[in-house]
Amino acid sequence: VSAPSLGVQVGQIARRSVLRTLRQPAQIVPALAFPLFLLALNTPGLERAVSLPGFPTDSYLTFALAVTFVQGALVAIINSGTDLANDIETGFLNRLALTPLRGVALIGGLLAGTVVLGVIQAIAFLLVGLAAGASFATGLPGALAIALLSLLTVIGFGTLGIVAALRTGSGEAVQGLFPVAFVLLFMSSGSLPRDLIERDWFATVATYNPVSYLIEGVRSLLIDGWDARALALGFGVAVGLVALGLALSSAALRTRLVRT
Amino acid sequence: MREGTFRATTGAVAWRALHNFATNPALLVPSLIFPLFFFIAFAGGLSAVEDVPGFDFPSGYTAFQFVFVMLQSAAMGGVFTGLSVAADFESGFARRLLLAASDRRAVLLGYGLAALVRWLLTVSMITVIALLAGMHVDGSGVDLFGLLGLALLVNLAGFGWASGVALRARSIQAGPIMQMPTFLILFLAPVYVPLDLLTGWIDTVAALNPMTAILEAGRALISGDPSGVALAFAVVLALVALFALWSLRGLRSAERAAG
Repeated sequence: VSAPSLGVQVGQIARRSVLRTLRQPAQIVPALAFPLFLLALNTPGLERAVSLPGFPTDSYLTFALAVTFVQGALVAIINSGTDLANDIETGFLNRLALTPLRGVALIGGLLAGTVVLGVIQAIAFLLVGLAAGASFATGLPGALAIALLSLLTVIGFGTLGIVAALRTGSGEAVQGLFPVAFVLLFMSSGSLPRDLIERDWFATVATYNPVSYLIEGVRSLLIDGWDARALALGFGVAVGLVALGLALSSAALRTRLVRT
Repeated sequence: MREGTFRATTGAVAWRALHNFATNPALLVPSLIFPLFFFIAFAGGLSAVEDVPGFDFPSGYTAFQFVFVMLQSAAMGGVFTGLSVAADFESGFARRLLLAASDRRAVLLGYGLAALVRWLLTVSMITVIALLAGMHVDGSGVDLFGLLGLALLVNLAGFGWASGVALRARSIQAGPIMQMPTFLILFLAPVYVPLDLLTGWIDTVAALNPMTAILEAGRALISGDPSGVALAFAVVLALVALFALWSLRGLRSAERAAG
């Protein structure tokens, strides 16, 4: 009996991954609620920051909305990683290893659930931002570009979650990455533009933190218009994350299957 | 342990809780790292906020945020010890403790003492780092003693709330019920700017939030202008009394369940 085509393999794993994501409110609700909750708390608290000389907009909501997309994407590390770690812990991956399933099909399929959740997040955050009064300098095309950047970011972080799961085989270890994601978010230009951060060391950390460029990419579409440099950096970091995550997850999968 | 004595029971429970805390990196590291991280992110990343027109806190933004992080770590330190109570019930250990203790309030007090010591470790570390980072302290020794007292009472209130939940639920799954209201009450206070610079719905909510009086008094103490301190102590003492009652009634509930 010949092995099913790659498309069929990806489709089967993807279908399972999507259904599993959609059937778990514990994955969907925090991924939507937590970023919106922080947006709701931080926006009125920091609204006065718009009066700082050089602040790029008169709406802190518009400024902070960019963080919501990236924060939502960071949740993908936990969601994709926890699902795969669960498969490892229950022995499902071992059974899959006995089938002719190709590694690329496994990784691609596993990311499907994360991508679906990313789409739901992007739509929800755009609608909430619009309803709350955020401005979109680039209009509908910009909103689509934000969704695309957000999805690439979700895939990038999702692959890193897969790497963590394959390397550790433990859901608890994957959950332990949440504080790391939190640190990456807060030590970035998420709360203030980098040129307004007064502490030099913090500005330096934010400059080296790739999450800053993801946020600034989304933010440029909300505030500045089509800023080629911010978009190139934002999409560059996102694509780089995807490439890095795929390379690392392929290597980790090989190691994991050898152990199996 | 000298069985039956209140003090020995309290000491033994506190010692065990602290030993678990000190020897388990999963408990120790987050309780030290998270407040430090909040301090770095807020005092470092948002220091430009002190240039906002109308922001007139005399001791600077580092001290402004230090007080918030100090009170936040106090409240959450109490809550995390409540999680330990819940974990001990889940493992069955706490039920055995209740059976062994002649006065079960001593068990509760032991956990409360552990919460205080845990927090003192955290706040010592944050204080040293804040001072190394150049934090200005304009308050006198008496003012700082008042600030410490205020935070200790917040720690007790946080523990009272969380232990009351833990004693009723007797499961670690009640963790979000302990943490979320605490997190909310902390972040619905004037975290980033003083109350008079808040606008919109957060201004109304913060004005009604009891944490606001405590936070503003703490900031007044560190800046050497102790205004609103009596109100803050009245509020926090009321919270301690309320949550002590909540916790003791939770203990009765746990006793009934233990048989």
